[in-house]
Amino acid sequence: MTTDTSARPSGGASPDAPRTRMSPLQMAVWGGIAVVGAISWAMLALSRGEDVSALWILFAALASYVIAYRFYSKFIAGRVLRLDDRRATPAERLADGTDFEVTDRRVLYGHHFAAIAGAGPLVGPVLAAQMGYLPGTIWIIVGVIFAGAVQDMVVMFFSMRRDAKSLGQMIREEIGTVGGIAALIAVYAIMIILLAVLALVVVNAMAESPWSVFSIGLTIPIALFMGFYLRYLRPGRVMEVTGIGVVLLLLAIIGGGWVDGSGLAEPLTLSPETLTIALVVYGFVASILPVWMLLTPRDYLSTFMKIGVIVLLAVGLILAAPVLQTQAVTDFAVEGTGPVFAGKLFPFLFITIACGALSGFHALISSGTTPKMLAKESHVRMVGYGGMLMESFVAISALIAACVIDQGLYFAMNSPAGVTGGTVEGASEFVSTLGFTITPDQLAAASASVEEELVSRTGGAPTLAFGISLIFSEAFGGGLSAFWYHFAIMFEALFILTAVDAGTRVGRFMLQDTIGNVWPKFGDTSWKPAAWGASAITVGAWGYMLYVGVTDPLGGINQLFPLFGIANQLLAAIALTLAVTLFCKHGWWKYVWVPAVPLAWDLVVTLTASYQKVFSDNPAIGYFAQADRYRAAREAGDVLAPATDLDQMGTVITNSTVNGILQASFALLVLVIVANAAVIWVRAARAGVLPTTEVDATPSEIVAPKDFIATKEEKAAVAEWERERVRS
Amino acid sequence: MSPGAGVATAPVRRVLAGVRWYARQLSGESKWDDYLERCAREGRTPMTRRQFERHRDDHREQGTQGRCC
Repeated sequence: MTTDTSARPSGGASPDAPRTRMSPLQMAVWGGIAVVGAISWAMLALSRGEDVSALWILFAALASYVIAYRFYSKFIAGRVLRLDDRRATPAERLADGTDFEVTDRRVLYGHHFAAIAGAGPLVGPVLAAQMGYLPGTIWIIVGVIFAGAVQDMVVMFFSMRRDAKSLGQMIREEIGTVGGIAALIAVYAIMIILLAVLALVVVNAMAESPWSVFSIGLTIPIALFMGFYLRYLRPGRVMEVTGIGVVLLLLAIIGGGWVDGSGLAEPLTLSPETLTIALVVYGFVASILPVWMLLTPRDYLSTFMKIGVIVLLAVGLILAAPVLQTQAVTDFAVEGTGPVFAGKLFPFLFITIACGALSGFHALISSGTTPKMLAKESHVRMVGYGGMLMESFVAISALIAACVIDQGLYFAMNSPAGVTGGTVEGASEFVSTLGFTITPDQLAAASASVEEELVSRTGGAPTLAFGISLIFSEAFGGGLSAFWYHFAIMFEALFILTAVDAGTRVGRFMLQDTIGNVWPKFGDTSWKPAAWGASAITVGAWGYMLYVGVTDPLGGINQLFPLFGIANQLLAAIALTLAVTLFCKHGWWKYVWVPAVPLAWDLVVTLTASYQKVFSDNPAIGYFAQADRYRAAREAGDVLAPATDLDQMGTVITNSTVNGILQASFALLVLVIVANAAVIWVRAARAGVLPTTEVDATPSEIVAPKDFIATKEEKAAVAEWERERVRS
Repeated sequence: MSPGAGVATAPVRRVLAGVRWYARQLSGESKWDDYLERCAREGRTPMTRRQFERHRDDHREQGTQGRCC
């Protein structure tokens, strides 16, 4: 079989190629998927007061994802971005065998997914479940299709066309120096908040829980063992050592159960403050140790655990087919008085579920890292858009896990200790004021089933773990609730500690790079004083915010999570602003709505939320109003609940003020970037088109299939190309 | 390159071979095989596996791999 080079189906597909018609069979299949999706959505939207199976959420999500992938992402790939497989990618042009390396599309999909997905999509949906299952489901699915996946794909495309430049570099070159500097500060500051909030989730899950402290603590020696094994015993045998590591992890979880009932339980019962110090010390040491020792092996563990647990969760959900316990939409969505986080559905739902629907952080991975490994331009669709759909699926699974828990228990777990008093009686009483019922005995029974205190275990992780334990016990046989609970806690902690290690290192490099502009010596990453100094500053910054969260009498999660969500969505606004700017400069006016609509929505949401957080006179929402209320009380000599003494009053005032200032600064930085970009938009509109830093097209030699599954023609073309390559 | 090449017998074995191929690719373990293949093609003497992995460690030290939320 010979294939004409110029007409190769995979290597030479031009954006102008005529569109293929669907066969009747394909039409029937897509029609079927559309019908399943429509029925699932109807079941979710129209059921009131009857039992609704969680599987409707799953099917609505899956049907929507496949349709969006097949049609909308194809439209963006073909008509809007005009992905062109005749052009060589940076991986092909700049191949250096290390950073720039042509990678199999399915492998790159795995790498990209592992890099973007972490604890974020697991936590946000759990908190958002206080508004019912419907708002969260709609936003996760609609948000990913029209905003999140589009952002990831478009940013990846622009970076790929610019030698895999980072988001910051592109903003500086395409928007301007002012925007560039603002973006640099915003990215660093947002990263600090991200690390602090993630660390807070771990601290809340580990506090007063010897089982979790034991098993999560053991991940450090396990990772070290793996590191030394790979370095000295058997270099390169990654699969082998990861297998050993996973077995050791499971043993650590089982061992935690024994420790729980033994004499070791007491010394391992740690307060949140102690854990904060431990985590800060750990973060600093981890970021300056050689990466082979801790970071790389931990990354292997968390990547394989991530994929394994997600597959397990999908299978478990289908086997267990749980019934949703939440109402479709609760009163908290309308009144904004929920105990988990304050504020109404608009805008606060959209900042609470950040990752999973639209996550600005992905723009940092989609630019720089992933584009260096793309084999063909067409893979941007599969890796960028498809990768984000998978993350959204993780978020949907987390939402389901939170919505199958009894509502009384959900609120008992997620209301701050300040209102529940931390006791089963107090929690039962508080939950009844919300209109739900759970008796102290029922709460105690739920605690006993997972061998863990459950009242006021805020942060999302314990709730998710409880939901996962319910689903897995139902799906895979009972008697193991406590094991599954701690398994899920371990799974989340593993993600988060990996993010803390890697994030601190990224922060250190960012800081060294920035300061290096004024003091070149500091930018030398191998110069120890600079490396240690930059690490210490980064750890100190997130450690301080973590401490603020841990000691906040009002409850750290409901104070800090909105700040984290808004920060993440503001970063998305920055990335989408860059995308709109480049559409304008390229003169793609006809399709500028593709990034502009999500940008407009995101700006409306985040700026409304920021405005309310800064200027609202409702102390439950506005940070400064909160500080004022406590300040006024303190001056009058009163102590306001949940603070118990004047010291705690002072803590509330300081924390709320710090949070408010950070909130205002983030919003200002984003406004600076958008204003700078708007100048370019106007200039581009006058000129019709402006020059950009896109590199010139170089013909591509590589032949590879376009999508997840290769067609027969593509396989033949690849085989032919490989034969040719061997011959020459 | 292709998963399960050469194992065309039972479908189960093919799936397992595919999973193994994917895991080795994802973890970077297969980079060593690629390197040996490249050396053979170019007629060079390969370094030892220990040296090769040490080299990859050193490179990783200089880079940052971002991890998201």
